[in-house]
Amino acid sequence: MALTATIYQADDTFAVQELYHSNGWTDGLPIMPPTAEAVSACLEWAGLPGEQIIGIEPVRERPITAEKLAINAVMAGCLPMHFPVVVAAWTALLEQEYLLHGSSASTGGCAVLLILNGPIRLEIGAESRFNALGSSDRATTVIGRALRLGLINLLDVRPGAIDRSTLGHPGKLTYCLAEDEEDSPWDSVAAIRGVPPEVSAVTVMAAGAPRQLMNEWTTDPKEILETFAAEMRANMRNYSIWPGNYAIVIPKQLREHIRAAGWTKADISEYLYERARIYRREWASVGKTAVVRDRGDTEYSAMDSPEQLLIIAAGGPAGGFGAVIPPWLGHKSHAVTLPIGACVACGPPPIQ
Amino acid sequence: MTLHVLDPSHELAVAGSQRAPRCDSLAGKTVGFISNGKEGTTAYFSHLGRILREEFGVADVRLQVKSNYSAPADRHIMEEVSQWHAVVSGLGD
Repeated sequence: MALTATIYQADDTFAVQELYHSNGWTDGLPIMPPTAEAVSACLEWAGLPGEQIIGIEPVRERPITAEKLAINAVMAGCLPMHFPVVVAAWTALLEQEYLLHGSSASTGGCAVLLILNGPIRLEIGAESRFNALGSSDRATTVIGRALRLGLINLLDVRPGAIDRSTLGHPGKLTYCLAEDEEDSPWDSVAAIRGVPPEVSAVTVMAAGAPRQLMNEWTTDPKEILETFAAEMRANMRNYSIWPGNYAIVIPKQLREHIRAAGWTKADISEYLYERARIYRREWASVGKTAVVRDRGDTEYSAMDSPEQLLIIAAGGPAGGFGAVIPPWLGHKSHAVTLPIGACVACGPPPIQ
Repeated sequence: MTLHVLDPSHELAVAGSQRAPRCDSLAGKTVGFISNGKEGTTAYFSHLGRILREEFGVADVRLQVKSNYSAPADRHIMEEVSQWHAVVSGLGD
């Protein structure tokens, strides 16, 4: 396959590491050498010519080509079968409503959370159970890393350059999660957002770090979800009060209690939409009295609507744990869901 | 064994751009602020505006606030900017 990237020579793999680190082309971890053979294999697997423009970053008007994505995917450790997921995720990131430039430049320090749905999870070995949010498997780890390396190298999202994050969080190395559709009583994230369940899909969200919670002492879905709501309210008080796409991760133990009570994801969303609310005056309880002003009685919801909540069934089989993944500063960025390799000329599915 | 590896960066030629002509003086000019709309901007830009008028003789100080502090300036703001002699694009965080 014809490739256009500049070619460098290196004596061995150690020299490759130093070449790439010294040019600022890595995330600090070692990379796989992106040889023409490895890059071509990714492109051929996805059926893409190298010069194919996957999208254009709308603020800086920078085109993103398949070849450059493949180079970064190989560096991250991706196999060819992972590459269509990387392409779909980048297509979603480049949608206007994601606001890629703003979210990746912000001092707020969010990362790209990538949620996988559909048959491709099983085909690539994306695990959704033990340790679901961190190093659970090869596929999710390298796919998430491929997104970050692409941001660094294609859009200059380096710390101190475009990336102005004050703190960032560990998800900025890799932040990819597959939903446990086989052991979930509910429709998947992508299915709820309009993608047929037999179609593989990605959902991207500009996301803060996961906030883990625990409630092993009840089987009542309202009590369980009250713990999630409390974590969301805490985020609203301590980080950002603005509404947006929150994601929650519900592992099997808590999921079973909620399912046994006959609750669907829609029921969960409605409940949390009503319960995850604070008054502006609550800022005074966390040291933010200065910005309460005369609007103390104004009520804020964590989400503009119940549909903004992304409910992910994932996690190991035991333990009454869960997680709330907050949005980057409310609804300035919207989560985007797209099918993987399902269509070329068609647009994204309507967001429900 | 020698390895041949590919450049992962964008390798794009940056589109040419050039600075607008500099003002010889601010006296009698129209100077505008594009604010990101954050809490700290109000008092800060107000103070700077006063200095521009009182110490530099600026005739008119304009203020435009972006509707989304993380996004580029809105189209109507950019249209107005073309009427200004100078612009201060500032953050107040």
